[in-house]
Amino acid sequence: MKRDIVIIGGGPAGLAAAVAAYDAGARDILVIERESVAGGILKQCIHNGFGLTRFKESMTGPEYAHKFIQMAQDRGIEIMTDTFVTSFTKDKRVECMNADGIFTVQAKAIVLCMGCRERSKGAIDIAGTRPAGLFSAGTAQKYINIEGYLPCKRAVIVGSGDIGLIMARRLTLEGAQVACVCEIMEHSSGLKRNIAQCLDDFGIPLLLEHTVVEIHGKERVSGVTIAKVDKQKRPIDGTEKFYECDGVLFSVGLIPENELTKGAGLAVDGRTKGCIVDGDRETEAEGIFACGNVLHVHDLVDHVSEEAERAGRAAARYAAGKYKSKRYINTAAGDGVSYVLPQKLDADGGEPQKLYFRVNRALRDATITVESGGSVETYNRIAVAPGEMESVTIKPQILIGADGVKISVKVRGE
Amino acid sequence: MYDVAVIGGGIVGAFCARELVGYKLSVVVLEAADDVCAGASRANSGIVHAGFDAEYGTLKAKFNIEGSNIMERVSDELGVKFKRIGALVTAQSGQEERIRHLYENGLKNGVKGLQMLDGDAARELEHNLSRNVVSALYAPSAGIICPYGMTIAAIGNAMDNGAALKCGFKVSSVDRTESGCALHSESGETICARMAVNCAGYGAQRVAELFGDRSFKIGARKGEYILLDKSAGAFVSHTIFSVPTKAGKGVLVTPTVDGNLLVGPTSVEEAEHDVAVRRCGFEEIRSKSARTVENIPFGQTITSFAGVRAYCDRHDFIVEQSAVAKELYNVAGIESPGLTSAPAIGRYVAERIAEALGAEQNLRFDPHRKSMSWFAELDRDGKNEVIKRDPAYGAIVCRCENVTLGEILEALRTEPRPHTLDGIKLRTRAGMGRCQGGFCQPSVFNILMKEYGYKAEEVTKNGGKSYIITGGEL
Repeated sequence: MKRDIVIIGGGPAGLAAAVAAYDAGARDILVIERESVAGGILKQCIHNGFGLTRFKESMTGPEYAHKFIQMAQDRGIEIMTDTFVTSFTKDKRVECMNADGIFTVQAKAIVLCMGCRERSKGAIDIAGTRPAGLFSAGTAQKYINIEGYLPCKRAVIVGSGDIGLIMARRLTLEGAQVACVCEIMEHSSGLKRNIAQCLDDFGIPLLLEHTVVEIHGKERVSGVTIAKVDKQKRPIDGTEKFYECDGVLFSVGLIPENELTKGAGLAVDGRTKGCIVDGDRETEAEGIFACGNVLHVHDLVDHVSEEAERAGRAAARYAAGKYKSKRYINTAAGDGVSYVLPQKLDADGGEPQKLYFRVNRALRDATITVESGGSVETYNRIAVAPGEMESVTIKPQILIGADGVKISVKVRGE
Repeated sequence: MYDVAVIGGGIVGAFCARELVGYKLSVVVLEAADDVCAGASRANSGIVHAGFDAEYGTLKAKFNIEGSNIMERVSDELGVKFKRIGALVTAQSGQEERIRHLYENGLKNGVKGLQMLDGDAARELEHNLSRNVVSALYAPSAGIICPYGMTIAAIGNAMDNGAALKCGFKVSSVDRTESGCALHSESGETICARMAVNCAGYGAQRVAELFGDRSFKIGARKGEYILLDKSAGAFVSHTIFSVPTKAGKGVLVTPTVDGNLLVGPTSVEEAEHDVAVRRCGFEEIRSKSARTVENIPFGQTITSFAGVRAYCDRHDFIVEQSAVAKELYNVAGIESPGLTSAPAIGRYVAERIAEALGAEQNLRFDPHRKSMSWFAELDRDGKNEVIKRDPAYGAIVCRCENVTLGEILEALRTEPRPHTLDGIKLRTRAGMGRCQGGFCQPSVFNILMKEYGYKAEEVTKNGGKSYIITGGEL
């Protein structure tokens, strides 16, 4: 089978990339989705708040997904469901498997939209037993919202990422108790609005600088020991406290699912855990693009859609042979910044470039500095936090003659 | 009335049963837990030991060498993956003498291919070996195998040849009778047999005492492990040991036969059977392994767990008819190298029991069992043919380990049948990958409910009261 554009993954990134590629002129587009229904993780995110940035309205996850599924259907874009991509190559051969068998699709351009997975409870050092009742937050969410079962009656939630916060509220609304949410860092990595709406509104305690050090229970979990941690994140002896529970939900980080990417021999950035890309979200392999959570973990789906549209348009241009070679300069994370995306920019692109970045600590009255060649631009923010992705849009002129772009963040006036 | 009741569905019981059905004997395997392979057999290093460390003249040495020698044939018959990747026992400064002793002991035991290497030669073989390693014993015949895969396959093969299996049968009392023994379970069932083989692992002392045999004591030694993602599986290409101590073979670093990297075990004396990982266990594994292998990528950890090794006060395997109760055959204290030894122990025990009961060979015994990974090992055309016949083989359920619906359904319909999430995991690897079941657990949960008609509240992780859903239906 030959297709102009193959999009791996039919979640929010894949759908938006497909629609944008179509609108940029591409017609021969195939979206490959492993589940029976497109929409990705949005299908189980039945809470609202999706689309506020992009559509200025609050939608649930399924509503947001449906909007894009509808757009794809309106355009007649083919979404092949229940189909797994088992590998792809740099020369854009995509190996697939489904109930009809194993087959290869030769693409002109590929857009990687595989999303991310939750870091497992096993990835963190937790002593004790390994009974039933330990769930990653997303798995518990699936049991409740998709399967229709309440997995526990009294929960402790480990990690205050957005999924953990959302699940604290979800469990409470379904009649379970949430003893506490514990967070090893001194700040939550979740959105501020989620802390307010999911914990504060329900009186659920958030224990900052606390972690679960031991799991108890033989067959089903019967409780956990939580301890305060020191600056090095080591549990402090004597601060241990037992919390009775019959469920523990882990929300301890998301990891872009780049196993296929690595299998194709593409490098993965140690910081973002995704590919190294340029402004078009083109990877080091020509004609292969990446966007959404497989590229770096986003906190808002609105940003995923925006990024995917950029990648989809570029893939359409590439597949149509309207792509010119680029001259790259690198972007860099300066003081106070953990990563900048894209990692490189087309110096001669001539278009404004939006740079996304994450700060590495929470600051109030922050100044963002963008240095490029001789030019220095500053932007002010009332507050920045690692849990909320920041962006600045830079003018193409400042790239002229520059050999790099560096973003740093500090407290204003410092 | 059975001829033989094998008490314990671990690796030793599995091979005793499998070899016993090689004779015209009716055999039942009694397992206390809700699935076979519930104790030490599911949580150990998965090493086929070369046989240099078991002291010359012991049963451990005898069965280790015999077991290792027949492992190709046994693993092939049972369709279990086995790789002879070789092992390096590494010595730090001051430990050279002890390595030399192992070398000489190995020669006496008849281990083939042993070589003494200096540090640089060892590092040539294994690039990530610590610079502190001054010499090493190289044993090319050491290997790796999947311990639970082999246990399940051996029991399955025994069942294919007529053995019965009773799970959830914890022997709680015994009546010694003229014709043998009557074994009563906690739940009130009774099984009668002419002979009983005590392969109860940590429970072997308790079982022997039910027969009035107080000739040995069983202790428990907990071993904690850290398991890394397959992305780290090639970090070493041999099994890397430190110098063994009284408490065991020390913390090792090894690829597993399925391609992960395994680091452990620690060794902790326990008063009872306890598989809780200690807070200090992680640090101990990291610091001890660092002495032999540098910069292990622990950031790629996918899980940590503990297993309990049963050992006995005689410091050797017990493989003998009870002196107190002639209807009881004790196979106890099978600590390391128990996995390696099990096929040889099984054969030895079966021969003795067949002799005692006057049983002839069973000429219809078929030693072969279909490999649990037969589908994964097919080429593209082969897979397409299977998918054409049964589209379930084209539907991947576990995306980390690429396990299909077809493989899960097949495992559900193959003896010994799994009834739990862990049971499916051990047989198919669904949920064993980097996301640890985060994505596939609800799917496997649904498959189990559908297959057995369970209600959601009845599905367990590994039997007993290990329920997945405690809050009911919404």
